[in-house]
Amino acid sequence: MVLLRGSATAMQKPECELEKNGVVAGLKTKMANGIERSAVQNGAVNGIMANGDTVHQINGLRNGSTTVCNGDMNGHLKIQTEAKKPDATATTQRTLASKFEETFEETPLHIALITYFGFLVLILVGYIKEHLWRWGILKKPGSKESSKLNDFVPLFSDFVNFFGRNIYMRGRDCGHIPVAGVPGAQFDIMEYSTPDYNWTLNLTGNIKRSVNLGSYNYLGFAENSGPRSAQVEVATKTYGSGICSPRRELGNLSIHTELDRLVTRFTGKEDAVTFAMGFATNALNMPSLIGKGCLVVSDKLNHASIVLGTRLSGAVVRIFEHNDMESLEKVLRNAIVDGQPRSHRPWKKILIVVEGIYSMEGSIVRLPEVVALKKKYKCYLYLDEAHSIGAMGHSGRGIVEYFGVNIDDIDVMMGTFSKSFGACGGYLAGSKDLIARIRSKSHSAAYGAPMAPPVVQQVLASMRTIMGEDGTSIGVNRISRLAWNTQYFRYRLREMGFIFYGNQDSPVVPLLIYVPAKVPAFSRMCRKRGLGIVVCVFPATPLVESRARICLSANHTKEMLDKALEIISEVGDLLNCKLSKLPKPVPREWNDQPPLEEE
Amino acid sequence: MNDNMESVLPLLTPEPWSFGELFEAFRQAPMYHLIFEGLLIIFIIRLLLSKSYSIQSKMVLTEKEKDQLIEEWTPEPLVPKLPDDYEPIKYRTVTQQGGSMLTVDGKQGINLGTFNFLGMLGRKETADAAVKSLKKYGVGTCGPRGFYGTMDVHLDFEERIAKFFGMEMGILYSYGFSTVASCIPAYSKRGDIIFCDEGVCFAVQMGLLASRSQIKFFKHNDMEDLERLLEEQVIEDKKNPKKAKKTRKFMVVEGLYTNTGQITPINKLVEFKYKYKVRIFLDESMSFGVLGKTGHGVTEHFGIDVTDIDLISACMENSLGTLGGFCVGSKYVVDHQRLSGLGYCFSASLPPMLASAAMAALDIMEDDPTMASRLQARSEHVHEELAKIAEMKVAGDPVAPIKHLYVRETGDKTRQEIMKLLELIVNMAMDEGVVLTTACYLEEEEAFLPPPSIRVAVNIAPTEDQLAMSLQVIQKVASEVLQNEV
Repeated sequence: MVLLRGSATAMQKPECELEKNGVVAGLKTKMANGIERSAVQNGAVNGIMANGDTVHQINGLRNGSTTVCNGDMNGHLKIQTEAKKPDATATTQRTLASKFEETFEETPLHIALITYFGFLVLILVGYIKEHLWRWGILKKPGSKESSKLNDFVPLFSDFVNFFGRNIYMRGRDCGHIPVAGVPGAQFDIMEYSTPDYNWTLNLTGNIKRSVNLGSYNYLGFAENSGPRSAQVEVATKTYGSGICSPRRELGNLSIHTELDRLVTRFTGKEDAVTFAMGFATNALNMPSLIGKGCLVVSDKLNHASIVLGTRLSGAVVRIFEHNDMESLEKVLRNAIVDGQPRSHRPWKKILIVVEGIYSMEGSIVRLPEVVALKKKYKCYLYLDEAHSIGAMGHSGRGIVEYFGVNIDDIDVMMGTFSKSFGACGGYLAGSKDLIARIRSKSHSAAYGAPMAPPVVQQVLASMRTIMGEDGTSIGVNRISRLAWNTQYFRYRLREMGFIFYGNQDSPVVPLLIYVPAKVPAFSRMCRKRGLGIVVCVFPATPLVESRARICLSANHTKEMLDKALEIISEVGDLLNCKLSKLPKPVPREWNDQPPLEEE
Repeated sequence: MNDNMESVLPLLTPEPWSFGELFEAFRQAPMYHLIFEGLLIIFIIRLLLSKSYSIQSKMVLTEKEKDQLIEEWTPEPLVPKLPDDYEPIKYRTVTQQGGSMLTVDGKQGINLGTFNFLGMLGRKETADAAVKSLKKYGVGTCGPRGFYGTMDVHLDFEERIAKFFGMEMGILYSYGFSTVASCIPAYSKRGDIIFCDEGVCFAVQMGLLASRSQIKFFKHNDMEDLERLLEEQVIEDKKNPKKAKKTRKFMVVEGLYTNTGQITPINKLVEFKYKYKVRIFLDESMSFGVLGKTGHGVTEHFGIDVTDIDLISACMENSLGTLGGFCVGSKYVVDHQRLSGLGYCFSASLPPMLASAAMAALDIMEDDPTMASRLQARSEHVHEELAKIAEMKVAGDPVAPIKHLYVRETGDKTRQEIMKLLELIVNMAMDEGVVLTTACYLEEEEAFLPPPSIRVAVNIAPTEDQLAMSLQVIQKVASEVLQNEV
């Protein structure tokens, strides 16, 4: 079935090409910021694809099924390159990068087969084990439901149980790894031991100092000493550590108002409002913007909070392929032409929802093109900058600054404080009317607690540092270090021959492992050598594309990165993970990493 | 000619066929012929059964027509344009909090407005624990629990809170609202049935909505109505036992209802649980630390075994005086949320310093187990005093610290007008040194909108004198405002 679907896609290709070329040409002229798709590069190594497949193809190729079906199995890669015209604002924004380059190398066929086979074995063994447990030949480990509830309908479906017991359980020690201290550039990982193949995990009490490539500490503001920490201490002593009332009743401290104003200035929008949890910012505020009769056009890989928010709002959702502008345009056109389902009434409004950096792919949204489409089809744009705010753009203003897009073109700007700012919570920024409406309609302002005082203070302090309002240049220094680290790390990984995804400027680097059995092994071997790394498998990723995810931080020194790279390289050799067919990058000289400015 | 006719005629007029001959013909016919006829018969049956063939209703539009349609479409603005005289919602600004006093909009007063029931917010112990934790862990964890966002403090707290409740396992969320809103859809899926009280707070309603299950509301705290629904379900199940075998059923209730101040009769619910095979999810956000002799919640209040409750959720913004939320239950039940609780898996974990503060609050609760009974005694006293206001009706269980004050005689006043009166009472009380608040609801979003009220939250921080003074103020101000109005 999968095969059939794949070949159908391949057959339709020429048509798509035609249509897309028309569309893209139309877009090209409309882009205001000088980004133009001047070179569409076909990076196929073996040159089988002669029809000039461009980037939208990448998405098709990545879901594993097409890998098998395209007919060319030599693992070629398609790179799409966008050269930038020199532009006054743009050149300052991207000092290191001059191109918008995203790579999603294709899964090698033999690896795909091994991966499928791996899952097959897992499922078969699991199936046999389930039966042995059922017949009482093996003793079933793990917790059981209370005997009082025997005649109740089982709480979990068989599939959920099966997945948990037979697949997740094997790598259970690779998630929820406890850390004993601040998650800075290096952190203390607590060791687990297990007497019964992960069914029970016991902390051994041993602690291993490791390089931290797992936390979203992009600018290194996860810190337990220094001036910001001192401010937090004062705030805790002044206001206490919590708030016992919703913001609309008696929970609005003066520092909350101060933070709202600071975020307004930081984002450059007319007004902003903050919330205590990033997840809840999306999930509980989207319903105040959209409702029945509205359409949400959402990227396929959008975060769970966005999915939940749209579900709670009652709006209709249509999905477009990840970062695929042609797919987005098609969805928009069809939606407007067809109107609402059944009644065919026109939509009240259409909201496009995209993220700045996709944390599982390391890709960056094609914002200028999204904005162009948004204008063409009179939609509204909701940009979730959870990972990109602080980390992207020359002054940390996020993806909008990175592309030099006009801030007025983004209707709703959302971001979180749990990544670059080393705190937790989220914000929404937009026009005065929009924020006024959210203030009066927001679920979390009416019923949930606002941010805790120490957390507010942490955001105030780190945001001021990024903006340079604390009188230092630490913010700019950290942003430039992060950019340097990103370039360096990605270059070295390419040199080593790993397959990894994403934009060359993205500090999130997903490194492909593919085979399910290698995933926990990768994590364990790295931890053993002193490197903390995140690994994810299905359902967080597509079935074949199990991966390790690396998040870089401004606080990583070159020595730490080199140590981490050495470990990754060693483990990669042991597990045969260096599968890239791309040519080695051109050797280059590395300037010194910008030195870390001390307080 | 005639002869010819006669010789041909017998050939043309068919002789009546006997059954035997029919069978014979059938037997002799070649196989391909039979198959062909069989196919024909199937085709005819299909023709008969299929609806009249549809005329293609979908007209294919040309690109030009599409462009025109797109051109013509005018969307509504993202948010409605606000009228020029619109007054944006202004939050009151608090400049000092914790302890018995609260400074709101520059005026200091005795706090009877926030849910700081046990006065944990403002205790030196909790703040010190938070600061100590800050010096080790910093503020944020920079990751969800699964991805290096688990600190040892989180694990300690989970163990601690489970032990406090006498359950097997606890799970920590980073936000109170999202706790109950995530744990319901983690278990109850499309096709399952939830029996829910009409008085549940908004967070629970969001959980119900996210679960996409079938929701059956019973009247607030009305066990007869619940039993009626359960009985109906039994009849329904008998009709379709196959479906019933796969349909999970839950009762979702709050221990102490934020919206009404009533206590749920949990003993009755446990009875129903085993009688009708319906699991119980209990939200103890308001009752935890408040009800029961030692503050173990509504189960202690009724003296039932806590393990009869399948899942207890609570937020830490009330009795514990910090932020976040947790669930406790058996290991089998709770562990499931580590992969399925949306707010757990996809959100950065709780700042460790807040977990430490909560742990310090638990220490205080365990060191001084009389806190809850003191609070209940005080609540009863406040209830008596508030009941003396002739113009207002006090709602809520006498021992519960949440009291809703409704206007008794509303006449033909609109909700807005009543709200204005209540706001006036709140403002005047604030001038006299008592901080109150009206209960805030999203009027259009609530499933069952409660009537407008002033929500008094009794707490143990103020001294007896302070409390007596503030009750006098409330009585005086309420009478002043409402006497002239009603």
